[in-house]
Amino acid sequence: MKKSTLLVAVFAVCSAVAGYAQKINGAGATFPYPIYSKWFNEYSAQHPGIQINYQPIGSGGGIRQVTSGTVDFGASDGPMSDEQLKASKVKIIHIPTVLGAVVPVYNIPGVSAELKFSPDVLADIYLGKITNWSDARIAKDNPGVKLPNTDIIVAHRSDGSGTTYIFTDYLSKVSNDWKNSVGRNTAVAWPKGIGGKGNEGVAGLVRQMPGAIGYVELIYALQNKIPYGYVKNAAGNWVKASIEGVTEAAASVKQMPADYRVSITNAPGKNAYPIASFTWLLIPTPAPNPENGKIIKDFLNWMLEHGESETSALYYAPLPESVAAKVKATIAQLK
Amino acid sequence: MSGLPVTSDPASKSPAPANENQPPSAVRSFLLSRGNSAWSDRAFKWLMFICALSVFFIVALIAWQLILRSQLTISKFGLSFFFKSAWDPVSGDFGALPFIYGTLVSSLVALVIAVPLAVGVAVFLTEMCPKFLRGPLSFLTELLAAIPSVVYGLWAVFVLVPILREHVNPFLMKALGWTGLFAGPNFGIGILAAGVILAIMILPIISSLTREVMTAVPHSQREAVLALGATRWEMIRMGVLRNARIGIVGAIILGLGRALGETMAVTMVIGNRPEIVKSLLSLGYSMSSVIANEFSEASDDLYLSALIEIGLALFVVTIIVNALARVLVWAVTRGAPARVV
Repeated sequence: MKKSTLLVAVFAVCSAVAGYAQKINGAGATFPYPIYSKWFNEYSAQHPGIQINYQPIGSGGGIRQVTSGTVDFGASDGPMSDEQLKASKVKIIHIPTVLGAVVPVYNIPGVSAELKFSPDVLADIYLGKITNWSDARIAKDNPGVKLPNTDIIVAHRSDGSGTTYIFTDYLSKVSNDWKNSVGRNTAVAWPKGIGGKGNEGVAGLVRQMPGAIGYVELIYALQNKIPYGYVKNAAGNWVKASIEGVTEAAASVKQMPADYRVSITNAPGKNAYPIASFTWLLIPTPAPNPENGKIIKDFLNWMLEHGESETSALYYAPLPESVAAKVKATIAQLK
Repeated sequence: MSGLPVTSDPASKSPAPANENQPPSAVRSFLLSRGNSAWSDRAFKWLMFICALSVFFIVALIAWQLILRSQLTISKFGLSFFFKSAWDPVSGDFGALPFIYGTLVSSLVALVIAVPLAVGVAVFLTEMCPKFLRGPLSFLTELLAAIPSVVYGLWAVFVLVPILREHVNPFLMKALGWTGLFAGPNFGIGILAAGVILAIMILPIISSLTREVMTAVPHSQREAVLALGATRWEMIRMGVLRNARIGIVGAIILGLGRALGETMAVTMVIGNRPEIVKSLLSLGYSMSSVIANEFSEASDDLYLSALIEIGLALFVVTIIVNALARVLVWAVTRGAPARVV
């Protein structure tokens, strides 16, 4: 008897505390989930009574939920299309938060050197035009590396993902063939290859199959210490992906549009890593719930001031200062 | 009564008659003390009727939702959706055929492997297993059913696929390559790998249900066949399997149901390539896998509608397969005089 009374009391106290918390709901991209959840936790800890829930249900789901008004904010790895913005019930503002990058990984028996991939070679491997590691075009970019006569096994993501969007967006920019026959999306009709689920699926395929090439998120490669290759950027330099290189790619975009819906693949900067992208928060304005809108605005300012400095611990690339300054002005205009 | 094993064991005596001096049993005193029960009987009847109706309601709701939400692709592609091989989210061209093919073929491979194995396990456990082995063996088979599918998938990726790639597939290519069913390239993953992992997953369902059905075959049947001079194997064939065949087909249908809908383990080993190739070693894709893979990131409406219509296709295929299985059961059991299988 006593126990149950106690339980009831605990429950009452809990619900009372929970009742006080201002709850804000967001949903969307999975890629930035680790950093978002760290931010939301810290923000809640510093602002008692505010609770930000974030459901990593995927960019597509995030866009659907925020445009239909079921969540207070959304998140996406790819910018919304014009049609999606037009179809939305509320006006949506894109706020870039952090940057991600995609790196080529491979498993070639007997080759320990870090390989270099020029953009056209990467595209033609994925198009199925280059089918063997001993191909002269790969050899040309990698003088001094003895490449075996092994068939190339192409691995790609089987699940729809922002990573695939960034990678195919890059290939579309560097190869007309790719653009015309495949194009860019979170999932595409791959001309060739095996699909693996998630970064771990692709990495697993590559690790297991001699002669395989795949692509994974930079963060995943760094966290799991998977070696990856160099890519030639638009300035003609060989770059190995790094957090600085990704931030530089964002900084070197010449004309940042006012709505931040910009692709930064193949960016012009000297050391810019070419396969990179922003990830965005999707903020409806005016906010459907003005009180929550005010908190989101405050959170976004907090993110620029405090959050951005914590990104590298989780291997995310922070916004370059030029972009951060611009974003601050945009946040000020949010209603 | 015929479903129960009839034993002539003298040890099992009927319970001793109740002592006259004892108070009436709990049931009797309840029945005596309650008032009129007509209303509760009627309420009970209606309650059960509603329970039964809810099944219809749920199925209808699923079908209605699937059709409603795949309107875009239904009106754009019509029936051709089910017979097309394209799957291109960029240009918005969708067809379900490679996925239907992958689901059906991988499930079929699973059945071909699992059914003989499962029936064998069941026969051994019910008819010839020494007592001390029966407990552990049946526990292990049932344990297989309790393992989550993602664990099966991981095991398949790290253990099964390398074995297939390095040992089984090269052998199959050499021995059976001429059939065209086992032609390279040999990735290890592919439709065969998916079929094998599905076989392991449906094995416990089929074998434990088969075991239940076989246990329910009356002992008199076994004894009669033995008395006519049959050997043990003949007794199992004519006395047990023949009597249990409806139940065994039912078990296979349930196993098939699981194989058709299995998602996680399949997507980890099937290769996720929407293609129709004759070779079982080639890559494939299944309906449930493509939904699980692409649903969360599908942002434009046509794409989403295509994925939901894949769900509709899976629904329809499951219904057709189940209907076919029913017809099969009916054909097998229609007028069944005793005959050698």
